[in-house]
Amino acid sequence: MVKVAPAVSAPDTAGCITQPAVLSCTGRPPAAQSVYTEPFVDHMQPARSRNPSRPAIVINMRILVIEDDREAANYLVKALGEAGHVADQANDGDTGYNLALNGSYDVLVVDRMLPNRDGLSVIAGLRDEGDTTPTLILSALGQVDDRVKGLRAGGDDYLPKPYAFSELLARIEVLARRNAPQEGNTVYTVADLELNRLARTVKRGDQTIVLQPREFRLLEYLMKNAGTVVTRTMLLENVWDYHFDPQTNVIDVHISRLRSKIDKDFDKTLLHTVRGAGYVIRDDG
Amino acid sequence: MASLPEGKRGKPGLGAQPARLRMFRTTAFKLSMVYLAVFTIFAGFLILYIASNTAHLVSIQIREAVDLELKALEAQYRLGGIRRLTRVIERRSRRPGASLYLVTNSAGERIVGNVEALPASVLADGDTTMRPIPYARLGGELDDPEPHLALARVFQLSGGYTVMVGRDMGERERFISIIQRSLLLTAGMMVVLGMASWLFVSRRVMKRIDSVADTSRQIMAGDLSGRLEVTGTGDEFDRLALSLNGMLVRIERLMSGLKEVSDNIAHDLKTPLTRMRNRAETALAQSGEDAEYRDALQETIEDADQLIRTFNALLMIARVEAGSSTAEFAEVDAVELIRDVCELYEPLADDAGVGFSLNAKGTILIKANRELLSQALANLLDNAIKYCSQSEGEGEIQVSANADAGTVTISVADNGPGIPEADRERVTERFVRLEASRSKPGAGLGLSLVTAVAKLHGGRFELDDNDPGLKASLILPAKGGSVGSGPV
Repeated sequence: MVKVAPAVSAPDTAGCITQPAVLSCTGRPPAAQSVYTEPFVDHMQPARSRNPSRPAIVINMRILVIEDDREAANYLVKALGEAGHVADQANDGDTGYNLALNGSYDVLVVDRMLPNRDGLSVIAGLRDEGDTTPTLILSALGQVDDRVKGLRAGGDDYLPKPYAFSELLARIEVLARRNAPQEGNTVYTVADLELNRLARTVKRGDQTIVLQPREFRLLEYLMKNAGTVVTRTMLLENVWDYHFDPQTNVIDVHISRLRSKIDKDFDKTLLHTVRGAGYVIRDDG
Repeated sequence: MASLPEGKRGKPGLGAQPARLRMFRTTAFKLSMVYLAVFTIFAGFLILYIASNTAHLVSIQIREAVDLELKALEAQYRLGGIRRLTRVIERRSRRPGASLYLVTNSAGERIVGNVEALPASVLADGDTTMRPIPYARLGGELDDPEPHLALARVFQLSGGYTVMVGRDMGERERFISIIQRSLLLTAGMMVVLGMASWLFVSRRVMKRIDSVADTSRQIMAGDLSGRLEVTGTGDEFDRLALSLNGMLVRIERLMSGLKEVSDNIAHDLKTPLTRMRNRAETALAQSGEDAEYRDALQETIEDADQLIRTFNALLMIARVEAGSSTAEFAEVDAVELIRDVCELYEPLADDAGVGFSLNAKGTILIKANRELLSQALANLLDNAIKYCSQSEGEGEIQVSANADAGTVTISVADNGPGIPEADRERVTERFVRLEASRSKPGAGLGLSLVTAVAKLHGGRFELDDNDPGLKASLILPAKGGSVGSGPV
């Protein structure tokens, strides 16, 4: 994982492996933006291009997309490139397995149904080899029990198709941060907001903030992934442990309650809404 | 025997064999044959055993009787010589019975006795052992064609007298012939009865099998409403038919569910698809600003998301109805589950200005799929909040969980507009939205899922009048029962 300062002009392409046919290396973001609609752009754009609100630290990740639908794979590789990451693709299970084993990727995106070796077997094979690269499973089978099956095979997250790219990107970024230093800390800090996981207390400056247990878990999850956008679905999954889609946006209400407690009486806003994607807690400096 | 009414059995069987051939190819026929053979052999053995034992017994009795007679006569002879002996024999031989006597003088002429004729050698050969001797009885019918046989002993006395004492063996012969006749009769009866029972059983069984085959052909041809005949006797065919019928009901329900879904998909999903297509076409046709294109695309994505959501909900319902999620069942605390979902929705109700109260205490353990049950409850809360907030006056939602004998009832009651009684059954069907709710978002799938989830858990979903408002209840079976404290 490389931390790239905002001044860097183009993503690093040196890590790209050149292999015939199955791979396409996309180091440079294509000029055309027409594929994506406005709300996603905010989130997808690397800090250097026309988005000053993007956090100062951009994680430039190496991602392997194992997906047999070439169009979908191309789309993903291109979109991930535009988001500032480097993505390779493999179009069948065996190639994907070999690439994942030999290349050093930060995150794997694996489709479940693949020619000559299915996605779950690829993941199980990698785990058997001691490869713990965070893996996101994509599947057209979106039901609860399929998800459980996927996670049992060694996947770290599960996203049913069709998905919004913003959702996929947010999940990949959170996955890649799994081993970030903040993870093991007892105290999470964003600017002057401080959350103590053991004492279960929250302070902003020298003011103690009283939160309900669920609000605490919500803030804990946001702060653990500080600087990274988390979607409503991710919050519902990780804070409430529900994997269904509530028709009404119940999460928004919870966020606005939390916001009124941690942001309302303070000058600087820490909890931001990212249009079309989700929420992020960060210190804009 | 067993002439089959051919031609009357009109239905051609599988492979259209002739009716008679089919009768022989049945399990009933094979079983009948085997049983017939086994029983015949056993009966034969039994009868032969009894016959030989009895014949032996009769022989022994005859010998003993002859010996006793001899002993008595010998005593008489000792007392009074040949004179007394002849007198006694004369008296005895006049008595009716099976005993035979003969006394001859040295010339071989009969002095006394009830035997007419004997082979001459018998009296002369000097053999005193018990042996079978052919004879003719004195005064017997001359034209009697059957040669009589007796077991007899012959003794020579002094003075050239010969004495023969014996007993007729006809008793034994008659007995043996009775046994032989009864053996034949029994065997014949068994064959006839066996054939008759085979005919009866196999025709009855074939009739049932034919009706099963006919019904299943009819079902295979696409008519899923066909059911196997149940005669009501509770026999094995009835049991088989009942369980097959149960299976058919399930299949039919699933099939009609599928059909209903596809009909509704055709109807309700085509509309937004058409809208999307038209918007894209319009956007393409007009040479507009970049922003206009973006707006059109944005709206298209929103429509697509809504379509995806609807599709997911449909698939979910179909999946739940097919019952494939039962694998993820676990013991969950209904109270905790309700509390969690309520906690998720409470702020939403608060924002909508709807009062919210939860009445569930203790621990109510049920076997459930937490995810699905939570979603069902979320759908109910979502509906309640949606309709309560639109009605005039103070909205109020009450969620409660009660466990009583065998059932756990989870109910969500509101004081919103409610649902007219006539429509309550209908609203749980897919895509059904009452006119009043057309303005609200949603595809009309929420209650379908709730119903499917209730069924998956072996329970039911009920809608009642809350006067005013609606009371929606999930009634689930209490699998581990209601438990007040933790596991012991």
